[in-house]
Amino acid sequence: MKRTRWAGRAMGRWAVAGALASLAGVGAFLGIAYRSDLPAVPTPKAADFPPELVSRGAALATIGDCIVCHTADGGVAYAGGRALATPFGTLYSTNITPDPEGGIGGWSKEAFKRAMRDGVSRDGRHLYPALPYDHYRRVHDGDLDAIYAFLMTRPTASAPAKANDLIFPLGFRPLLAGWKLLFLHQEEFTPRPDRDAEWNRGAYLAEGLGHCSGCHSPRNLAGAEETGDSAYSGGVAEGWVAPALNGSSPAAIPWMADSLFTYLRTGIDGRHGAAAGPMGPVVHGLSRAPEADVRAIATYIASLSADRPRAAPKTPSPPDRTAEAAKASPAGATLFAGACAGCHESGAPMMTQGRPGLSTVTALQLDRPDNAIRAILQGIHAPTGPAGPAMPPFAASLTDAQVADLAAYLRSRFSDRPAWTSLETAAATVRKEDSQP
Amino acid sequence: MTVTLTVNGADHALEVDPSTPLLYVLRDDLELNGAKYGCGLGQCGACTVHIDGKPAFSCLTPVGAVAGRRIRTVEGLGSAEAPGLLQQAFEKEQAAQCGYCIAGMIMRAQALLDRVPDPDEAQIRAHMQTNLCRCGTHMRILRAVRRAVAMRKGVQAAQEVRP
Ligand code: FES
Ligand code: FES
Repeated sequence: MKRTRWAGRAMGRWAVAGALASLAGVGAFLGIAYRSDLPAVPTPKAADFPPELVSRGAALATIGDCIVCHTADGGVAYAGGRALATPFGTLYSTNITPDPEGGIGGWSKEAFKRAMRDGVSRDGRHLYPALPYDHYRRVHDGDLDAIYAFLMTRPTASAPAKANDLIFPLGFRPLLAGWKLLFLHQEEFTPRPDRDAEWNRGAYLAEGLGHCSGCHSPRNLAGAEETGDSAYSGGVAEGWVAPALNGSSPAAIPWMADSLFTYLRTGIDGRHGAAAGPMGPVVHGLSRAPEADVRAIATYIASLSADRPRAAPKTPSPPDRTAEAAKASPAGATLFAGACAGCHESGAPMMTQGRPGLSTVTALQLDRPDNAIRAILQGIHAPTGPAGPAMPPFAASLTDAQVADLAAYLRSRFSDRPAWTSLETAAATVRKEDSQP
Repeated sequence: MTVTLTVNGADHALEVDPSTPLLYVLRDDLELNGAKYGCGLGQCGACTVHIDGKPAFSCLTPVGAVAGRRIRTVEGLGSAEAPGLLQQAFEKEQAAQCGYCIAGMIMRAQALLDRVPDPDEAQIRAHMQTNLCRCGTHMRILRAVRRAVAMRKGVQAAQEVRP
């Protein structure tokens, strides 16, 4: 009895000690996690900002593509509310117009910079890394001033924030402090002395505001970008493959700065194909950004794959094996003749305008068929306006099995790489996603 | 090769190359001349028909791909004697100038009405965006679609009143 009681008391003591220890742990963690709120300030007036600063901010915000995530379909620019699907649930972007209630009208410059660099809201709440503050840490102070000036001079919209829908327990924001402890170590950009000014400008923009590797690098289980050799080795964005931009680039013809510039500026390059999926809005922004900045980005990104072997390809010209492909996928050949040839067969009106032949299109060279299937089902929306590259969607006219036949035909006709597998399942997956509201 | 097409509820067995665009077969073999050839590139919508209830460009649809599937053309919505709801609305609004785009416009609009009972202005505009009218009667076309929505509500209300 005595023993039992002692034992009981001892156990009680251990429990108390354990509880205290874990409380201390939680306390220490909350200590790190806690960020104070910064006082609300009266909304600055547009006249407070010199016009040159605002227009520089506009150019930088265009390169950062703030508008894409922070505007809902058909919504007011920068008023937020766009649903961002992540592997951890759905986030809704916030209102970054200078509205004092729903937007950032009450944010001081300091509060804005803290959000951009540390991912902390003015009220002290941690922000999810869907806001790529891991990139924005690299941005120079003066450029953040300019973006602040630009945002504070936008028309206000009083859209309140929409509640996020995340898997348990990620709705508990202090956890983000742990994520930041592990992954938020980026420093302000410093130029590399062994590279020229254009390259350094490109690196600054691409690694900072442009956050190119946000899509073009793989992410780890915690959703953080992989770095080192894995940087730019390809990722996924909204179900589209974001192809590798480093030495493992799958492009049929290696990217050079000139062709990249054309692609980023116009949405299409005659030797690589058209911007599709989430790359469309990126190109839309860059088609309006300062030309020299886009050239600089092209120079930097092209340098990432400079170590890719540029020896003569196996076949002297890009593959186009009509007969073999028709034998491998006769059903696909028939579908191609009726649905695609009017634009894509050599001699078609579109081809005489210098559009890329399918054997140079990267979507057909990737390991995964996703981009080709998405382009067939959803089409390509002209990213730069009516004159840009566009393709009609075929979701209504072709079944999943037909899309699979067609994709198999395209792969065997226009690529030297191994045949794709499970095409019908891939088509069904994309179609299901699309039919969701 | 024999392809069996189900158009506006009727089956047709046709001897055709399966890669022939559905539009050609509708017009040349079945003499359903509502759908028009505008661009042949999926850019104008003049050739729009329904395949299994969804609007599609028949100029880019290989006929072999739609064997056995439900195809509906503007002729399936009504006739000159007994026009369907949208056809009446387009006539009332005098939405046609040359008329070349109209069959495609009507089929495009029909797909929306089939799916959304009471579409708002934004939905109508977003849905109709795919189709072009070279005469520029888009404003009348939009009015016609709105009128069809209102007519349908009127008919429904009348039906509810009647015992
Ligand atoms: S003719 Fe088919 S879309 Fe123009
Ligand atoms: S009425 Fe002439 S093309 Fe539309």
